[in-house]
Amino acid sequence: MKKTDQDKWDRIIKPRSGWYPAGMLDVWKYRELVAMFVWRDFVSIYKQTILGPLWYFIQPLLTTIVFTVVFGNLAQLPTDGLPPFMFYLSGVLAWRYFADCLTSTSNTFVNNVHLFGKVCFPRLTVPVSVVISNLIAFGIQLLLFFGFYFFYWLNGANIHPNLTVLLLPVLLAQMAMLGLGFGIITSSMTVRYRDLTQLVGFGVQLWMFITPVVYSTSSIPQKLRWAVQLNPMSPLIDMFRYAFLGTGTVSMYAWLQSLVITLLVLFVALVLFNRVEKTFMDSI
Amino acid sequence: MSGKVISVENLSKRYRLGVVSHQTLMHDFQSWWSRIRGKEDPNSPIDGPRRANADATFWALRDISFEVAKGDVLGVIGRNGAGKTTLLKVLSEVTAPTNGSVRYKGRIASLLEVGTGFHPELTGRENIFLNAALYGMKKNDVRNKIDEIVSFAEIDQFIDTPVKRYSSGMYMRLAFSVAAHLDPDILVVDEVLAVGDAQFQKKCLGKLEDVGKDGRTVLFVSHNMSTVMNLCNRCIILENGRLTFDGDTKAGITSYLKTAQITGKIEQHHFIGPLSSKIQFTEVAVTGSEEDKGVIFPSSEIRITVKGLCLQYIPRFRTFIILYKDGYRICTLHDLPEPKPLKAGEIISTIKVAPYYLRPGDYYIVIGGHDVGPLGPGTEWVCGNEVASFTIQEEWGANNDYGNIGAVNVPHSGERLL
Repeated sequence: MKKTDQDKWDRIIKPRSGWYPAGMLDVWKYRELVAMFVWRDFVSIYKQTILGPLWYFIQPLLTTIVFTVVFGNLAQLPTDGLPPFMFYLSGVLAWRYFADCLTSTSNTFVNNVHLFGKVCFPRLTVPVSVVISNLIAFGIQLLLFFGFYFFYWLNGANIHPNLTVLLLPVLLAQMAMLGLGFGIITSSMTVRYRDLTQLVGFGVQLWMFITPVVYSTSSIPQKLRWAVQLNPMSPLIDMFRYAFLGTGTVSMYAWLQSLVITLLVLFVALVLFNRVEKTFMDSI
Repeated sequence: MSGKVISVENLSKRYRLGVVSHQTLMHDFQSWWSRIRGKEDPNSPIDGPRRANADATFWALRDISFEVAKGDVLGVIGRNGAGKTTLLKVLSEVTAPTNGSVRYKGRIASLLEVGTGFHPELTGRENIFLNAALYGMKKNDVRNKIDEIVSFAEIDQFIDTPVKRYSSGMYMRLAFSVAAHLDPDILVVDEVLAVGDAQFQKKCLGKLEDVGKDGRTVLFVSHNMSTVMNLCNRCIILENGRLTFDGDTKAGITSYLKTAQITGKIEQHHFIGPLSSKIQFTEVAVTGSEEDKGVIFPSSEIRITVKGLCLQYIPRFRTFIILYKDGYRICTLHDLPEPKPLKAGEIISTIKVAPYYLRPGDYYIVIGGHDVGPLGPGTEWVCGNEVASFTIQEEWGANNDYGNIGAVNVPHSGERLL
């Protein structure tokens, strides 16, 4: 019998696979590895530190206090009639989740050369695990948010949740996808252009100021609002705030637009990532 | 049919030499902008033609084709830069080939480096799980294997200590142990065994042998010919990215060693000392006996021939050769018992070492000369470090006793009196 049928082989290594992003399926196959990475990040990051997990609270808390003082008290920016502290805290938490996803996935390749150069496993597991780690951190920070929320609510502040809260998982997933998308686009490009890592740091900071984190969308003139909403993060922050605090500018149209942009960015990112992961070892 | 588990067809891998890109977006943009305006690239080398780098390529692998059957233990040998590691990297999918294809059955686990992915803050046990997951092993399988892994690595008491506190030996033992217990269908091993103590190396080799006997396939890269000899039933030789031999291990090793370079030109910058302006050593050759054809066995008389040029008369001079092994100075040998005058012109000296004095291993040669006599010191000298090296193969017997471990074989006699 002649052995000609090709399907007997379990795997064929060829110069380059197709352009389509097949990575997600592999990530599912390696879900245990993703879990290990997440767990490793949590166990290792606060070993030999004084404050340990308290850092999850300190950073957003300090940022919020600074914003409340600078933008609320000194600049007197309107906060849609919400307590300024809650207004800023909600914005900061949601924004930080997105920004952390972006920055921490943006150096995937450069930071893991030693690993990628020696073992073959789906590269996408690394950024995906980073996003999940961030989600857990966000969950912990949400406790802080609820703490203050309860405090303000007891003191009769004008805040009340509504049914949009049910959309929270969708909002978080979308922020994660957006952060992951921009993050791995950057990481794929930093393989060739190292100076992009410099750009990410302050780029994300500048981006925050074109997103309604420290101001509310309602304070933007109606004519210019479309420009703000072109930023896919704007409707997400607005909806997050609206869901918990009950006031804000929410537009279904803007959200759908943001969703389309997110999916597009993620798709481009996966295609790019797929191309780069095959050959980056030779050019890094 | 036992069947083929790996089939490599016309595999090639090209690397671009020099500058892949300018590494910053700004420069690439500048180059691109001037290109579309038809101007000269401001980032091109001053003396070279425009975009000279585009063609500077290097073929690490060229048209490699071979097949591996189930249960084969295949040795991959070749000099540094022959493409061994690149081949393993392509096989383990760390990098993609440029042309050709590799097809295989089952799961490949590659051990290109020991301890990849270990996190220093995590304990030994935690790292076992992490490392196994990296290689695609399920948690439950690891649980069943963990006792085996730990006892093989001999670190039972330290398993719950962070690996950053491990000695390098323990670290390496644990890492090898994890990889060896992954139970892949194909195990790819790159010279990881070069580290670790002799006893553990032996254990690792034994483990690899077992893996082969289990009907799994092993690809093994090593510089140590005796290891390849003992472990592999087949070998391939790579030379400058091409496959030059595929077949029986013994025949392969013999043909590889025949081409081994033990004669060479000496570069002058190695030499220091007051006499370095008066004498230049140009060539050194190390040869064994006639029938060895370039391979040196302990049973050969070893001849070290040094050629050189004396530029100026030296009143007292004799040539010496120092042999180093594992960083230790084994001995100093002279061409003459007493220093003698040396006239300007060509010089050739030969130093012979009788059979069985030197034990198997890698030797470095230091070449020089001085006016030092058998009775006392001198002042004039010249010396060049590590100008050449040679290897004595393993060949054990009464005259080169495996048990007489040490730097040299000292002729001796012994008897049992009671």
